Amino acid sequence: MSVDQILVTGDPLILASQIAILLTIIGAVVGITYFKKWRYLWEEWLTTVDHKKIGIMYILAGVAMFFRGGVDGLMMKAQTSRPNMEFLDAQHYDEVFTTHGIVMILFMAMPMLIGIMNVVLPLQIGARDVAFPKLNALSFWTFFVAAMLFNISFVIGGSPDAGWTSYFPLAGKEFTPGVGNNYYAIALQIAGIGTLATGINFIVTILKMRAPGMTLMKMPMFTWTSLVTSILIVAAFPILTVALAFMTMDRLFGAHFFTVAAGGDPMLWLNLFWLWGHPEVYIVVLPAFGMFSEVIATFSRKNLYGYKTMVASIVGIAFLSMLVWVHHFYTMGNSAAVNSVFSITTMMIAIPTGVKIFNWLFTMRKGRIKFTTSMLWSLAFIPCFTIGGVTGVMLAMAAADYQYHNTMFLVAHFHYVLIPGVVFAVFAGLYYWWPKMFGFTLNEKIGKWHFWLFVIGFNLTFMPMFFVGLDGMSRRMYTYSEGLGWEGWLGFSAAGSLIMAAGFAALCYNIYWSFRFASRDVGSDPWDARTLEWATASPVQHYNFAVVPKVDSLDPFWKMKKKGTFKLKKQDIKEIHMPSNSAIPILMGIAFGIVGFFLVFEWFTLAAIWSLGIIACLVANSFDYDDGYHVSAEEVEETERKWRGDL
Amino acid sequence: MATETSLPLEYSTKQNEMNILGFWIFLGAEIVLFSTLFAGYFVLEGNTANGPAGHEIFIFKDVMIQTFLLLTSSFTCSLAIYQMRNNNVKGLITWLVVTMALGLGFLYMEINEFIHYVHEGATLQTSGFLSSFFTLLGTHGLHVTLGLGWATLLIIQIARRGITPVTARKTFIISLYWHFLDVVWIFIFTFVYLRGLVM
Repeated sequence: MSVDQILVTGDPLILASQIAILLTIIGAVVGITYFKKWRYLWEEWLTTVDHKKIGIMYILAGVAMFFRGGVDGLMMKAQTSRPNMEFLDAQHYDEVFTTHGIVMILFMAMPMLIGIMNVVLPLQIGARDVAFPKLNALSFWTFFVAAMLFNISFVIGGSPDAGWTSYFPLAGKEFTPGVGNNYYAIALQIAGIGTLATGINFIVTILKMRAPGMTLMKMPMFTWTSLVTSILIVAAFPILTVALAFMTMDRLFGAHFFTVAAGGDPMLWLNLFWLWGHPEVYIVVLPAFGMFSEVIATFSRKNLYGYKTMVASIVGIAFLSMLVWVHHFYTMGNSAAVNSVFSITTMMIAIPTGVKIFNWLFTMRKGRIKFTTSMLWSLAFIPCFTIGGVTGVMLAMAAADYQYHNTMFLVAHFHYVLIPGVVFAVFAGLYYWWPKMFGFTLNEKIGKWHFWLFVIGFNLTFMPMFFVGLDGMSRRMYTYSEGLGWEGWLGFSAAGSLIMAAGFAALCYNIYWSFRFASRDVGSDPWDARTLEWATASPVQHYNFAVVPKVDSLDPFWKMKKKGTFKLKKQDIKEIHMPSNSAIPILMGIAFGIVGFFLVFEWFTLAAIWSLGIIACLVANSFDYDDGYHVSAEEVEETERKWRGDL
Repeated sequence: MATETSLPLEYSTKQNEMNILGFWIFLGAEIVLFSTLFAGYFVLEGNTANGPAGHEIFIFKDVMIQTFLLLTSSFTCSLAIYQMRNNNVKGLITWLVVTMALGLGFLYMEINEFIHYVHEGATLQTSGFLSSFFTLLGTHGLHVTLGLGWATLLIIQIARRGITPVTARKTFIISLYWHFLDVVWIFIFTFVYLRGLVM
């Protein structure tokens, strides 16, 4: 096999990326060596099992992936900004929209949310860590390695190009012979393993590690949404595992799951993909709902309105989300009866979602609202998301869907759901919990630039897509001719995407500025918040809580502050048991990555040899009887005194 | 660190309790995984595309022997847990070894069966039916293989450390896994082989 077949050559854009990637890697290695940070990196981050650090790594990776996916988006907008543009050719455009979708959903939204869950969830329930800290690290490393594997595809071997849904027969070997789609099958499989492990980990953490007195109906809303999301992960991700396994069998081993000629059935892929894919939408949006609930309650200075109906609506949404998958392919020849059933289940989701919207509005009613940046994101979310929701009900009507199906109207719809529903939430969550992670707040003024640029840019980018969609522009068109009446809309849309990019740049600048200049003197509770994560130091000491708090109601920290019971008694401090760091998760992640790479190129012998690396890690883990270590009571006292003053 | 003595050893620590619950949830995910494999099989089972159908290649006698081996191994696995509860290291290891031997026998039979099919011209690449057949059966067989490797590691640990809360927990969890594979096999036996023979 020659270099030509491995490296992608002949495109100046890609050549520039290859050089940039090489320089970045060299720069990082030289930099770390020069500053003698390898040991620090290894001991404090790469082998850590601390949920807070793992969460921060997830978030960092998520921000990087946001950049990558965002650049893909900008390239598409540039290509369609004028009729007959020749910025990208058809093949390149196909690769770009495929990777944009995958990167944004699986390598941006998921890690951002799982990252924030990692940081916040154990703190909210008063736990010292997650149930399985080492498994948690493995989840991160499999995700990270999968993301890297997927990301190198565009410079090594070529990116997948059959859309993020990768429908067969297009995604099969016959019509897509390159290695691109192998990346899809293998990288997603590796990431899926980590996600499933995360789901199990969080379910056990929430069910078994809550502070004494915190019954299920006294859990904070974000914890509730995390629990339900985790259950959805366990219920839905194995379906993706099997679908990808079928795809791998077809592409790598010549099986016939999806090829009609030998008795396969392409519709099997569609059904399995959306049986996972639709719950996946709720897997990313439910934790986001939880974040908004926390932020809105805190900055309205009120408890969350309609807590019980909130819980019921999350559970309802999760249940219904498993019953709507066919609405993604009404037009593929189902009977009218089948389409009607799925039309009704789909519209039913609007009911619990509407309940949530009204609960948030009633939470704000008569509240003393503080317009912080994270509250602004929550406020902007409500109207924008409602537009996404209402157009969703339009799409849910099977008969009408024949008109909208696979048009830009659909693209505009799901961006109106996912960007306010997930991205706004992640931003709200980042501004809100940033001081918990790092001990300083992000700058509010730059934050407001970030907010306004991004929200205005978002609406300018996606609102026009509804109209070109209704005018007949189908999705995934790489170019169009003059005189269709689309130029104006798409020109607006492209300009909007630049404003949105400026908003993202403002966020990056804000992070940089705040790291350097923000005040470190913000205390442990800068927002006067309500839940337990604020009842400990910022940044949080590695054992989370010196003494696990007792809970007797919702918003326990708020009650403690009102009653003045938020004090630590010296005699309550006991030694604390903590898990030890481990190198197994990162090594196993790397082994998965190498095996994955060889599988992508169908070098089976090498893949088999490196699989031994995965097995070696499993064996090492089985024989690992490290029972963690103890933090002495004196050390705990010392640490607590540092941030509480006198005990 | 055993705290509550009224519970079996494997439930004696909080971490153990969490590991076992986590494993039950993992088995939930495994049920979804196998259900999806079965769904794929049911969709494709009639699509033989000029290749052989199930009743043309299945050898009922061999399948019965496999079934007998695997079901018996589930029983001996329970005996192993019984010995563990009685704190009998020797009995525990003996029955685990018997369980593994039966599992190995099953695996040997299954591999032979696959080789036989390939000689008959029934391969993964022949038809949609056979693709889904081999993938479903192969996934189950792979699970059995992993279980055997896992049990080997465990026996070494029990021999070295005796029955402790940790080894007891690990043994209990692998027994859950092993019984689960048996349950999956009952579905395979019924819905793949028996149904295949009458179709």
